[in-house]
Amino acid sequence: MQRFPCPFCGLRDETEFHYGGEAGNDRPEPAAEVSDQGWAEYLHIETNPKGRSREIWVHMTCGEFFLLERDTVTHEVFASESLRRAAP
Amino acid sequence: MTAASQSKQHTTSTDALTFTFDGRALVGRHGDTVASALLANGVFTIGRSFKYHRPRGFWSAGAEEPNGLFDIRHQGRHHPNARGTLVPLEAGMEVRSVNTSPSAAQDRLSLLDRLGRFLPAGFYYKTFLWPDWHLYEPRIRAMAGLGRLDPAFEPPGNSPQRSLHCDLLIIGAGPAGLAAAHAAATAGRRVLLVELQRQAGGSLLHRPARIEGLDGTDWVAATLNKLSDQGGELLTSTTAYGIYDHNLVCLWEQRQGRPDRLWRVRPREIVLATGASERPLVFENNDRPGILSADAGLHYLRRHGVRLGERVVIATNNDSVWPVATGLRDAGARVTIADSRAQASLPAPEGVELLTSAPVTSVQGRKRAEAVIVKGRSLAADLVLVSGGFTPNVHLYCQARGRLHYDEERLAFRPGQAVPGLQVVGAANGTFLLADALKEGHRSAGSKEDVPRAEAALEQFSIEAAWPDTKLAGRQWIDFQNDVTLKDVALAAQENFRSVEHLKRYTTLGMATDQGKTSNMNGLAAMAAVTGRTIPEVGTTTFRPPYVPVPFTVIAGRRRGELFSPVRRLVLENAHRQAGAAFREYGSWLRPAFYGVGTPEEAIHREARQARQSVGLFDGSPLGKIEVMGPQAAALLDFNSYNRLSTLKPGRIRYGFMLTESGVVYDDGVVLRVSEDHFIVSCSSGHVPGVVMRLEEWRQDRFDPSQVVVHNSTAQWSTLTATGPQARSLVAALDLGVDLGDDALPHMAFAQGRFRQWPVRVARVSFTGDRSYELSLPAAGALTLWQRMLVEGQKREATLLGSEALMILRAEKGYIVAGKDTDGYTMPMDLGLSGPREKRQDEYVGKRALFTPEATKPNRPALVGLEVEGSEPLPTGAHAIERSGTGQRSLGFVTSSYWSPMLGRPIALALVEAGRARLQQEIEIYHLGQQRRARVVAPCAFDPEGARLNA
Repeated sequence: MQRFPCPFCGLRDETEFHYGGEAGNDRPEPAAEVSDQGWAEYLHIETNPKGRSREIWVHMTCGEFFLLERDTVTHEVFASESLRRAAP
Repeated sequence: MTAASQSKQHTTSTDALTFTFDGRALVGRHGDTVASALLANGVFTIGRSFKYHRPRGFWSAGAEEPNGLFDIRHQGRHHPNARGTLVPLEAGMEVRSVNTSPSAAQDRLSLLDRLGRFLPAGFYYKTFLWPDWHLYEPRIRAMAGLGRLDPAFEPPGNSPQRSLHCDLLIIGAGPAGLAAAHAAATAGRRVLLVELQRQAGGSLLHRPARIEGLDGTDWVAATLNKLSDQGGELLTSTTAYGIYDHNLVCLWEQRQGRPDRLWRVRPREIVLATGASERPLVFENNDRPGILSADAGLHYLRRHGVRLGERVVIATNNDSVWPVATGLRDAGARVTIADSRAQASLPAPEGVELLTSAPVTSVQGRKRAEAVIVKGRSLAADLVLVSGGFTPNVHLYCQARGRLHYDEERLAFRPGQAVPGLQVVGAANGTFLLADALKEGHRSAGSKEDVPRAEAALEQFSIEAAWPDTKLAGRQWIDFQNDVTLKDVALAAQENFRSVEHLKRYTTLGMATDQGKTSNMNGLAAMAAVTGRTIPEVGTTTFRPPYVPVPFTVIAGRRRGELFSPVRRLVLENAHRQAGAAFREYGSWLRPAFYGVGTPEEAIHREARQARQSVGLFDGSPLGKIEVMGPQAAALLDFNSYNRLSTLKPGRIRYGFMLTESGVVYDDGVVLRVSEDHFIVSCSSGHVPGVVMRLEEWRQDRFDPSQVVVHNSTAQWSTLTATGPQARSLVAALDLGVDLGDDALPHMAFAQGRFRQWPVRVARVSFTGDRSYELSLPAAGALTLWQRMLVEGQKREATLLGSEALMILRAEKGYIVAGKDTDGYTMPMDLGLSGPREKRQDEYVGKRALFTPEATKPNRPALVGLEVEGSEPLPTGAHAIERSGTGQRSLGFVTSSYWSPMLGRPIALALVEAGRARLQQEIEIYHLGQQRRARVVAPCAFDPEGARLNA
């Protein structure tokens, strides 16, 4: 059982979290300018790094999505970061 | 004191415990394990082996035991594969041998052993290939195997589960573990010490030693006292069975008279003092009852007062047996040490015969050892004790990602590189001498105090390899529990299964419930010998949790039965029960499937017919009620949905889809606009959590979260529906203060009313095609309103409507259930909703995917209706097929199919390739060898004009 630090709630068991995808997979748009290939890459192509990775996770109990840096081999967790932008 | 005289002492003792073995009454005493009690009673044949049904006896006194498995029933508990070496004896226990018939002593299948040479590894799979292995499998499996689960068994109580954080978790309370615990507790750290035996002390309980001037056992007691004074905790009969991610250690605590307990421990640091397991030597008939590990022989003698034999031969390749020999000599046995080494490194103990260059090559005797063959000479022996060296118990270290290295001097795989936060000490680290083990344990706790001074009977340890000799004749056992012989290993090598992982799978070596604790080293050494490699070149298999088999009841705890996957319950469940509802699970909700008496089919058809004739009352409370609020609410919903919602007027309702980014229909449902910046998303019941999450994801990813919020109020509000020609009159009688005129409240509009103190949302949405009113109010008011509706319903010949009848009503109209009438490929165009795809200029979820080559191919499936001859509905899941030449292919499948009581004929919905182009055509329907013909029609079979919506 891994433990992840939610930037809002602190250290919690992994069963409280869901994986939300790799960080930095920006949605290509507008649709009219996106190629089939580009859309397929957005949907399906992951880099699956061995080692240090940046991922989006959601803490189901508070509902917040955040950035998690961890090692996919050793399962070491380096840091988590809120995705909230500063209030304008 | 012989075994027999020992048993006499048992019967006269005041602390006698009676129990049965294979139906025979025996007597043990307090402090016994099942194993020590059986041995004290002279029971050596305790079971039959897995494959050949050979008589087997105990090998060890610990967790590594390969043979001593029993079916134990006691006080309502049933443990089908209990390790007798670790189970404390209790009065009244019913102990049965496993894989025997009728008993361990007289087993009918023992003739299998005589066929042994015809049954090598892989024999059954190779022989029973034709026509199909599965024809033979049940009978072959019935002959093999272990204990049997009783399907009717219910544990008398739930296993509690506890979580604990501590500074230091020490696993194993032998000398090294005790030294570590004591030093750490003295330094003020919070310590938990666990021991899988019932008593802490490890080898100190049976191997003579003096520590700090105290006798070994006294030092154990004194150290435990100090530990307890310093606040350290000790758990005995507790096995640490796995180390998982981020230093989670799971413990299985066996308790007498109470359910076992599971511990989840998160220590800052871990000390592994898990000891080592003695290895067998490999010679002919080395599996006979009466051949035990030398250390176990001393264990049973010193801990339980059971001397296992009078004429003892100790076969060894190392020094560790010297204290065993003197212990048995002192107990009156005649002892011979048969040392395989040319020169023993220690002199013969007084009164003990020492033979050198004297490997045991064979054992005679069937149900009990009678003699050994040494240097071609037969030597009488009723007990053969064996030490082939020690294998450190490194399982937990390896589970924590440790890497082993092979120590040529100690002939053992030992922990190699350090694992952060984890130390391995004592015999588990290959440190077999007492003084060194104490030192390692003590230092692991970071103590600056002096190391405890120790003198042990064994002051040196040297060992010389005596690995399996493939040139030796006869059947030599490597894996006792799975009946793997040396020849099987050679056969695996011959058939090129040379990798240690292949060896394991081909021969099943190390795959039994003991996971090869006593056999893996000999197996891979044999493979090394056969293939001319070194032992480290062959390597070990992967160590995975659990260290010992753990009962599922312990892992499940209270998550069993109803709590395994708890259902969600309606606020009105009791009212529905009183009305005679039959409940079924829909999604995670327990809902009325139908009401009243008669067969389910009769009840369902009656409800469906009556709802169309008068009025049906339906509890639709699980329907989604997700509130989306804020200045960016409309923009969020526009992006989330296939249909635009920003153009919806307050007070109105719109039906539409949500897509995945792949363009596939994820859910359908309606959205209500309460005001400019307040919407309610009424998605389907099963999709509520998913819709909330996707709304949250896009809200946080794409919008300013301070400008829009998503709130799920599904559980706080109930939704009660009236549908049918009498629905309006019934709702009018409820006096909700809402103008029900069709101008004020047309189809797809809603209004706010009141029922007593509760606000009520009156929405004209229809899932039946008839005029319908969905009344949503806070759950607290649901029962009062429902009772009022029942009273008004009685005046109008209303029917209660369960989910099954509602399914018929919606299918008559061709209304879909997302996930039932759609699959993982269905796009909105397939369901006839192409408008937004053609018109919307803005972005929405899944948009780009609706323009891929796949999405635009002309023969995409379409939702259609099917008409058939006769009265038998089509089976749901039946395929529409097209024949061409000799072949046939699927055109799609039936998604929903019912008997329609209103139409008096079957109806069906289907997804069929290019379905709209086939309207009015006949197609062939195929299901499990049966063929029927069906005509493709529009999905809506009932009231296609929609007149009844306003009737």
